[in-house]
Amino acid sequence: MTDLTELGVAAIRGGVAKGDFTAREVAEAFNANVAAASALNAFIVTTPEKALEAADAVDAARAARKRLGSMAGVPIGMKDLFATKGVQTTAASHILGGFVPPYESTVSSNLWAAGAGMLGKLNLDQFAMGSSNETSYFGNVISPWRSRESNAELAPGGSSGGSSTAVSARLAPAATGTDTGGSIRQPAAFTGITGVKPTYGRCSRWGVVAFASSLDQAGPMARDIRDCAIMLGAMAGFDPKDSTSLDLPVPDWEAALNADLKGKKVGIPREYRMDGMDAEIEASWEQGKAWLRDAGAEIVDISLPHTKYALPAYYIIAPAEASSNLARYDGVRYGLRDLPEGAGLQDMYAATRAEGFGDEVKRRVLIGTYVLSAGFYDAYYTQAQKVRTLIAQDFANAFEQCDVILAPTTPSAAFALGDKSDDPLSMYLNDVFAVPASLAGLPALSVPAGLTQSGLPLGLQIIGKAFDEQGVMNAGLAIEQRANFSAKPDRWWA
Amino acid sequence: MSVDKQTVAKIASLARIKMGDEELERMVPELNNILAWVEQLGEVDCSGVEPMTAVIPNTLRLRDDVVDADPLTGGGIRDKVLANAPAPEHGFFGVPKVIE
Repeated sequence: MTDLTELGVAAIRGGVAKGDFTAREVAEAFNANVAAASALNAFIVTTPEKALEAADAVDAARAARKRLGSMAGVPIGMKDLFATKGVQTTAASHILGGFVPPYESTVSSNLWAAGAGMLGKLNLDQFAMGSSNETSYFGNVISPWRSRESNAELAPGGSSGGSSTAVSARLAPAATGTDTGGSIRQPAAFTGITGVKPTYGRCSRWGVVAFASSLDQAGPMARDIRDCAIMLGAMAGFDPKDSTSLDLPVPDWEAALNADLKGKKVGIPREYRMDGMDAEIEASWEQGKAWLRDAGAEIVDISLPHTKYALPAYYIIAPAEASSNLARYDGVRYGLRDLPEGAGLQDMYAATRAEGFGDEVKRRVLIGTYVLSAGFYDAYYTQAQKVRTLIAQDFANAFEQCDVILAPTTPSAAFALGDKSDDPLSMYLNDVFAVPASLAGLPALSVPAGLTQSGLPLGLQIIGKAFDEQGVMNAGLAIEQRANFSAKPDRWWA
Repeated sequence: MSVDKQTVAKIASLARIKMGDEELERMVPELNNILAWVEQLGEVDCSGVEPMTAVIPNTLRLRDDVVDADPLTGGGIRDKVLANAPAPEHGFFGVPKVIE
């Protein structure tokens, strides 16, 4: 019998529907892989019983000849940023230690309704702030990948590092991610998987622990484009409980997948070609152009003149929103409380937040507080929001000349854990290619493009027009079919 | 613009995060590095540019003015609201004494 954990979403769903195997067998196989992979630290909490329960429900529905959902029989990992009823939800922070939501996030609830089951809650950077999964209160996630030259532990990317590790190590066929400034695409690129950030507002933010509300967007992480299209279809949809939710029908992205790009124009932003660019990244970008040309597309040069300012604008806007969102952690209503002997209410707030937030979170809350403070608001925050308008206009202008944009996902392959953790700025720069699309709210994805000389995965990024997830995934599919990426990490952890 | 230790202490107090001397001193160069880097936004000519308020054009909706229209976000769930509180008392959130 085939190893069920080698199957993706479409293959599992199809096999369960046909009766080649049961949903329970699938859940048991992934539960076993999860249990054997504690060395990767991808999960904060495992919920094998939840995976089995959902699988049994699918098997029973099939036996009763009921209609099966689009994710029927597929067990998934849930990033621990999504509130899950009755299951601890921490955002990988100490301040939410032991928090057990009495409600379910809209996205996870949509996935369960589509027949998916939960393998567990996945580790991440604390409050999704980080690009290497080194800021989690629950410890680093270790990438399953290793360079040919060294056994150094590598970063799985962040903030969705537990998600990227779980999918690439075959602990889950798919996982949820969230992307604020690259947190789906960068980890997907680092681990040789596919990740899609849809248009801002496609997936409800209700029940997702808030980081930067004008940027936060959930999306699927899986092994290929088709699996992502299926999962995104299950996650997306209008939700009146989220004021920024898009009131639009959810297209059948999977059914409309089409890698024929005849008549399509692919833009190559000249500002993304940076001085001192890694030669392997540049080569993979060139290869990407050749693949898309082969798929029938015309390659055109475009300009996104304000690219250079995207990252600094992001590092004002995101911390500003975070400082405001994280004000809710006060030691009164939920989570941690630190009440020093004889302390008053204000001292309790300060002590609780000192104890409950990690260094990176404190750094960003302080930056955010500073840029929003009286006298500095216009110079920093208003200026950053104006630059954001210019960045969005850059994209709007570019999309008059092209249908999608091709760029690298990251400036390098995965770096070693510890390499950048002492230097916040060099860590931030890792998201240089990912952040502009986030600031403009546009759909974007990362698809595996190949391996470096050292044997580490590289991703290519496709950015599309607002609401055009289809165009983005079609271009991603054209790359996927030509890259034929089949590399996977050696199973050294079990 | 750069910050000194006193300014960081003030920001930390506004943000309600207790910080000792050592931590404040560590934060000063870290924050200054980040602030010096974001300073480059000042180069951009933004005259006549509106600050972004909504990344994807959308209209704010009003729900029907009905009590508990959505039970998930409605009222009457006191025990659920208090379920994760560190110190609930008599159906309320308990806090240290705030009135002398």
